[in-house]
Amino acid sequence: MTSASTPLLTSRRTLLRAGAGLGAAAALPGLAQAQDFAGRTIEFVIPFAEAGGSDVWARFMAPFLGKHLPGQPNVIVRNVPGGGSITGTNTFYQRARPDGLSFIGTSGSTQFPFLLGDPRVRYDYTRMIPTYVSPTGGVVYLPKSLGIENASQLGRLRDRELVYGSQGATSLDLVPMLAFRLLGLNVRFVFGMRGRGEARLGLMRGEITIDYQTSSAFITQVMPMVEAGTAVPMFSYGVLDGQGNVQRDPSFPDLPHFVEVYEMLNGRKPSGVEYDAYLAFFASGFAGQKPALLPPNTPANIVATYRKAFADAVADPELQARKGDVLGEYTQAVGDDVNAVYRLATTIKPEAREWVRNFLTTNHNVRF
Amino acid sequence: MIELFFATLGNLLTLQHMGYMLAGVSLGLVIGVLPGVGGIAGLSLLLPFLYGMDSTSALAMLIGLLAIIPTADTFTSILMGIPGSSASQATVLDGFPLAKQGQAARALSAAFAASMIGGLFGALLLTFAVLIAAPIILAFGTAELFMLTLFGLSMVGVLSGANMVKGIASACLGLGFGLVGAAPATSEYRMDFGMLYLIDGIPLVTVALGIFALPEILDLLRGGGSIAQGAQLGRGWFRGVRDTLANIWLTLRCSGIGALIGAIPGIGGSVVDWIAYGHVVQTSKDKSQFGKGDIRGVIAPESANNATAAGALLPTLLFGIPGSGSMAIFLAAMILLGIQPGPGMASNDLGITYTIIWSLAIANVIGTAMCILLAPGIAKLTAVRYALIAPFMIMVICFAAFQATRSFEDLMALLVMGILGIFLRRFGWSRPAFLIGFVLALGGERYLYQAVQFYGWGFVTRPLVLVIAAITIISIWAGLRGAKGGSSIHTEGSAEYSVARNMTPQIIFSCVALAGFGFAIQQGLGVSFLAQIFPIAVGIVGGIATLLLLVQQVRGPVAAGSANFDSEAQARDGGPWRFLLWFLGFMGAIGLVGFFASLIGFFMVFLRVVARSSWVQAVALTAGAAGLMLVLANALNLVFPGGLLQEYLDLPWPFR
Repeated sequence: MTSASTPLLTSRRTLLRAGAGLGAAAALPGLAQAQDFAGRTIEFVIPFAEAGGSDVWARFMAPFLGKHLPGQPNVIVRNVPGGGSITGTNTFYQRARPDGLSFIGTSGSTQFPFLLGDPRVRYDYTRMIPTYVSPTGGVVYLPKSLGIENASQLGRLRDRELVYGSQGATSLDLVPMLAFRLLGLNVRFVFGMRGRGEARLGLMRGEITIDYQTSSAFITQVMPMVEAGTAVPMFSYGVLDGQGNVQRDPSFPDLPHFVEVYEMLNGRKPSGVEYDAYLAFFASGFAGQKPALLPPNTPANIVATYRKAFADAVADPELQARKGDVLGEYTQAVGDDVNAVYRLATTIKPEAREWVRNFLTTNHNVRF
Repeated sequence: MIELFFATLGNLLTLQHMGYMLAGVSLGLVIGVLPGVGGIAGLSLLLPFLYGMDSTSALAMLIGLLAIIPTADTFTSILMGIPGSSASQATVLDGFPLAKQGQAARALSAAFAASMIGGLFGALLLTFAVLIAAPIILAFGTAELFMLTLFGLSMVGVLSGANMVKGIASACLGLGFGLVGAAPATSEYRMDFGMLYLIDGIPLVTVALGIFALPEILDLLRGGGSIAQGAQLGRGWFRGVRDTLANIWLTLRCSGIGALIGAIPGIGGSVVDWIAYGHVVQTSKDKSQFGKGDIRGVIAPESANNATAAGALLPTLLFGIPGSGSMAIFLAAMILLGIQPGPGMASNDLGITYTIIWSLAIANVIGTAMCILLAPGIAKLTAVRYALIAPFMIMVICFAAFQATRSFEDLMALLVMGILGIFLRRFGWSRPAFLIGFVLALGGERYLYQAVQFYGWGFVTRPLVLVIAAITIISIWAGLRGAKGGSSIHTEGSAEYSVARNMTPQIIFSCVALAGFGFAIQQGLGVSFLAQIFPIAVGIVGGIATLLLLVQQVRGPVAAGSANFDSEAQARDGGPWRFLLWFLGFMGAIGLVGFFASLIGFFMVFLRVVARSSWVQAVALTAGAAGLMLVLANALNLVFPGGLLQEYLDLPWPFR
């Protein structure tokens, strides 16, 4: 379906090796028979309230997963909101039994505190077992009034202060914050936005001069502005292939991704601790934003059952016909493709973590 | 366009689509009647059924549910003095006194008529506004939104109770509670006691139930007997409708206010009823009956809250920005149905928009008719001994409270806010002022910071800001006109019966409040500049107001004048504490064995001991209550809050 899927396939063997540790740790003796969930109710735990991206994603996926799990169990969504998704994930991590009857869907907002070493986090992503990872994307755009036609001209803005409406320094908006910094843009962050929609209205009003929207919001809300000549798309964050390389976003094949833009402006590929930090949070917030996880120590046969069910669900023609804006054009990571993207989305080099923590404390008063 | 407008009506008027709408309206009626349980829980109940539904049926069902909630929530507001949802808090002020005077039928029919007119007005407005509203919504930037929160706060002038200084202190107390949790500008935590639960702030539902519902339930229990106390529902059904028609301009004005505030994302619908109430008081010549049973005090908030639901659809449909919690779920439902809200809703997808508008109009009419049909039956509850109703009410408010995070902490928050509410009520600290402060706190802080960031302090000279400022000044002037030292609205009951000889309890409470303001200042000093402005400002203003109050209070019972207010002054029964102990016991049991087991135990013991039920009656009522909880919890895929037992044992649902 997309250009990103080819490298995923070729690298399957590497991925298997990467995931072997997880799988082996999960194997328990005596439970190797085939799973059958007939007549059971399976809980898809979502550590967020009803409505919102994760909830919609889970509610969309649940019936398809139920259809493809052996025995066609009833998969229900259980919302456990509070504490910015840390509470529900902590509880799941500590309490859920590894019997395949409950699993959790987390999001970038759950992964970020883990990557940043937030002391309130009690869950460990290295011990939970991924069965499916759903990516998302985003597009950075500017108001036309800035006079910038495309990303190659972004350098002209370096002398000028831009304004970005952010939901918080440690929210998903950390990704654009790090991206703008790498591009050398001078951006003032105004916090307290309650959603990307508010920031978009701010840009329409002229209060805000640089913004990004997730793919579906970009297509329905910003594309009319682009067509009307009031907004100009700059770049997408891109997606990750199986080797962890950034590729163009399949929803916006004509738009350069962040790394291309960096090269345009600097004449070389990005590298160094700042880029490592960006890459980790980009993977966690976009390319591997929503993993579906089984609790630690889940037997290997249950893991395999889930991975197959998610692969079958994603391949289901009915799902493909109805996926619309919920999954977008993105290649869903299923089966053996899961581990690589999951690892990128849930790990960060220690020195990159240290750098981000310092950066946030120095510039935005974040205390850890 | 007109062709499309009527074609969508034809499409909607099929048996299948109307059947789904009726289902939505019926569920909405039940949800609306249950106090504290509102659109968020109602729509969440419907989400699992959307899979595979056609979009017209689904929209008819969802809108049917949303449309009736601000109509049906009036029942408990008027009949029991307990707001049925955040949209009907202000209705209590005059609706409940009317019911006590035997005019419940009149109040209800006036409310229903006003609700229907408000709903239809909203639908009509939406029909045109969807084509032209985008620039209007965009005109309200952060500067304008900040001025609007000030306008909302100006309602405190009307709702301050007998003593203005106390009203201001009360609003500051509400602001203080509203600031708990993460600061909008820096995400630093304030007044959170290091608890993860508090980082998102205290949920609004919990605050509203705690300060309004719980004190009322305990008070009604103390009274013994039934709510109606021999007074009948009364006839007055037609009189109520005539009342609304006689005040048709007021009804339409309040509908307009409701629709406008609903349409501006960021202010939210939870203060609309108070603004409408403030408006009717400010614009009335004879204010003497407000708070004691003026029918206009019912008509104003009820016409506004139904129109708000229509207004809130505008930013949701046009920009995909939900203006309220229920709209967020409606938005999610639309995405699940494959509809992506956006500018297209006013062009390519206009058919969907019109389906929504027609659904809204039809559901408002059907919903009003159903409410009127059911009113005599529901009203009979007020003749039932309250001891039989109270456990149901306690169960429902607990259920509503733990919707927030489904944890025991929600119930603890309810208890804390409930105890605060008891004291606010007792000492005449205006609870409406507290709630307005609470709701507007974070918005005020957020928009002030953002406005200064975007425009600098020059934001105050923006034209629309000046217009709103002028309206605010007029509003304050109109509220103070003819009132000396306080407003004429006695939000916490009549001041004449509340003159105490012993000032000590009031003085102690004032000192506690003063300490609270000190705590806000201390917490403010612990965070960076942008996060400390509001807590410190609120602490200083509230602290000064409380000090002024204390100065009046220590002068002695007579010299204190309107500052002397203790509704327990004449009480001989030891206060509400006996019944609060029951609630505490229930909470304690939940902490030990979890919600469901405690509920069964609480019902049985309470019914046997307090209500003196027979075993048969006690078992039957307990089974009914447990059954209702199971049905709701099952539909919401809910695990009840657990206690210590659940920490150690893995019990089967519903005991989990």
